[in-house]
Amino acid sequence: MIKVENLTKRYAGHTAVNDVSFEVEKGEIVGFLGPNGAGKSTTMRILSSFMPATFGRASIAGFDVFSQSVEARRHLGYMPENVPLYTDMRVSEYLAYRGALKGVRGGRLKERLGEVLELCSLGDVDRKPISALSKGYRQRVGLADALIHEPDLLILDEPTIGLDPNQIRQVRELIRNLGKRHTILLSTHILPEVEMTCTRVIIIGKGRIVASDSPQNLRNAIRSAGDARIEVQPGADNPAEILRRIPAVRDVTVTADGDWSVCQLRIEANADIREEMFRLAVERRWAVRELTQRNVTLEDVFVELTQSNG
Amino acid sequence: MSRFFTLLGRELKSYFYSPIAYVVLFFFLLLTGFNFWATVSLLNRGPTEVTVIEAFFNTVLFWFAFLLPLPLITMRTFSDEFRMGTIESLMTAPVRDLEVVLSKYFGALLFYILLWLPSLIYFVLFSAITRGTAANAAGAYWATYLLLLLLGMFYIAIGCLASSLTRNQIIAAVISFCIITLLFFSGLLSFIVLDMRPIVRDVVGYFSAIEHMGEFTKGIIDSRALVWYGSMTAVTLALTFQVFQYRKWRA
Repeated sequence: MIKVENLTKRYAGHTAVNDVSFEVEKGEIVGFLGPNGAGKSTTMRILSSFMPATFGRASIAGFDVFSQSVEARRHLGYMPENVPLYTDMRVSEYLAYRGALKGVRGGRLKERLGEVLELCSLGDVDRKPISALSKGYRQRVGLADALIHEPDLLILDEPTIGLDPNQIRQVRELIRNLGKRHTILLSTHILPEVEMTCTRVIIIGKGRIVASDSPQNLRNAIRSAGDARIEVQPGADNPAEILRRIPAVRDVTVTADGDWSVCQLRIEANADIREEMFRLAVERRWAVRELTQRNVTLEDVFVELTQSNG
Repeated sequence: MSRFFTLLGRELKSYFYSPIAYVVLFFFLLLTGFNFWATVSLLNRGPTEVTVIEAFFNTVLFWFAFLLPLPLITMRTFSDEFRMGTIESLMTAPVRDLEVVLSKYFGALLFYILLWLPSLIYFVLFSAITRGTAANAAGAYWATYLLLLLLGMFYIAIGCLASSLTRNQIIAAVISFCIITLLFFSGLLSFIVLDMRPIVRDVVGYFSAIEHMGEFTKGIIDSRALVWYGSMTAVTLALTFQVFQYRKWRA
């Protein structure tokens, strides 16, 4: 559905996107992750034919986004960052205009209008001017606009930015439902969102792709991100020295909290040292008040990949 | 083609979403109405050599009524899209750049025509009331309104160009008002610089809108003016198209 080859975008003085290649197959929901300024929006703007690339090619549904851009745009529903709308129009008037612009006409337009109003829960505000709507509603108008011509592909740039937690949940639910019928590429820096909605993640840092895999595989692949924590009263013992005897432990940092010692452990991936910690504590007759192990999250993957990429 | 009309419809309607259209229409009618009243009272004073249309279109009041609305009509066309960021949703829909530029231009031009249409009533009423006692010629009307259209075509293209240059509509209005005023009054140069060589005076005269107005209101359609305004409109629109594409890619 999307094919990107060696895409590069240079602005005067800096390279926003550097030799990026990836593909998105039909039916996938792909999360596009990266810190601010990593090149997410630039890549999406090139894909939506809004700006030309300096080098490289990109195509949507087989149409080149530069040389066959009108055809490519016909297959695309794009929601730009911050959702710019004509605030002087009414909701249904705006959506009817956008539908007509994208080639949906007559009875079909009326039908589609009803469908997207329903799908995006806009039924109760369809007569209101967009300027009177809250951020959450505007976001949904943007989504309805992207959907009105039933595109094969949806590109959503930060679809949940600036929404409150309830609205985020609604939009996320909506996206997951849309994924049953559309191919979706969405950018975000809210990581749980990606873990919950996406079948694949592309992580981009400093204009380059640093990883591309399913959220599960990315978590497994990362080597050094396990964390464990134990809070003990070690008496005369040195807990750091003793805890290091556990084979999977790489590093221990101890901070004192009164006569308690708070030990943070870095452990190897896929190791589970909870039992061993417990056994050690019993053996040494330590009092324990907390013992946890945190699994690798996508956040760890993200931090590791985008920082080590410097 | 249907895409173009969708765009054009939105452009034309957008004038009436804001109070701008109503304010411009109201004060424009006030000014031209007063101008017409002044014209008729001038003719009433006694025998004159001018027709009603000559007297109406060659006064300071007409100049103001004609020049002031032009920047107001055009200032929002492009700059607002860039300021609001709506340029991104507009240009990522399956539309061609040329369709967008032309729809904005013709939207403004249609509003300008809408502005001038009611003024025809003045002259219809005038000839109905005077019933042939005043000098009246159909040719003079045709020629005058043709020149009005030509001037509008060119000056609205200038307004669109100014609007495509900046995201601030006030700046766009100031730029277009200055350029349009300078062009329109360039003919007055020969009254200010008195020791002008005759050939220079002639050349300035060719480009002078005021001089064109003097001729066209007599019913003389000068083909040089047709070519001048027609070609300048095309050049200005081509420039607007280039600036628009350039700015879009840098947005």
